[in-house]
Amino acid sequence: MEIKKEQNGTALTIHVIGRLDAGSAPELSKELTTALNGVEDLTFDFAELKYIASAGLRVLLVAQKRMAKQGSMKLIHVSEAVMEVLEMTGFSSLMTIA
Amino acid sequence: MEKITIEAATDNLQQVIDFATERLEAHDCPMKVVMQMELVIEEVFVNVSSYAYRPDVGNVTICLDFAENPASVEITFIDSGKPYNPLEKDDPDTTLGIDEREIGGLGIFLVKKNTDDIAYEYTDKQNILRVKKFF
Repeated sequence: MEIKKEQNGTALTIHVIGRLDAGSAPELSKELTTALNGVEDLTFDFAELKYIASAGLRVLLVAQKRMAKQGSMKLIHVSEAVMEVLEMTGFSSLMTIA
Repeated sequence: MEKITIEAATDNLQQVIDFATERLEAHDCPMKVVMQMELVIEEVFVNVSSYAYRPDVGNVTICLDFAENPASVEITFIDSGKPYNPLEKDDPDTTLGIDEREIGGLGIFLVKKNTDDIAYEYTDKQNILRVKKFF
């Protein structure tokens, strides 16, 4: 997995590239701990995210809970395979997917 | 039957996934099912790695059995850790809002959702979890 960040004032876009699995999720989780400080508008760009497992969903849920308090969060460019997992777990109705 | 025995440790996840993916593709398993089985294997393997032997370490054996007419794969996970039936765990309530949603419990739920049949038994001091998928 690779993470690319684009910050524009209080808006942050995070590109998650590759696989968000139990091996890589802790890295994203750690990154978010500080990266979300002061962020009001968070976007996850999943254009190049091929796979997500429950470890990745947990990181998204933690981020969503935090952003609900300090601003907003959305997911963009979600692939069919990732969308299926989001739908199965009810995450698709929990999160803003553009 | 194709089989791998490996130490149950999250660091070995990629090796297990590579092993399974290779076999599934060799049996002309559709791409979508390959991805679903990757997810199933990851969730069970990570679960066993995180809890079965804690604080010690131990092995897990994963077997893939293919059948034809109808085409299917049966995946069996065997470990000698603490007895644990993952099927006894309640499914998470996927209709809850963001504040009520709990972090966790999603792994085994995804396993159930992505397979056609699932069974657990504890025999000879071994946890045996079998899942089946038609493709």
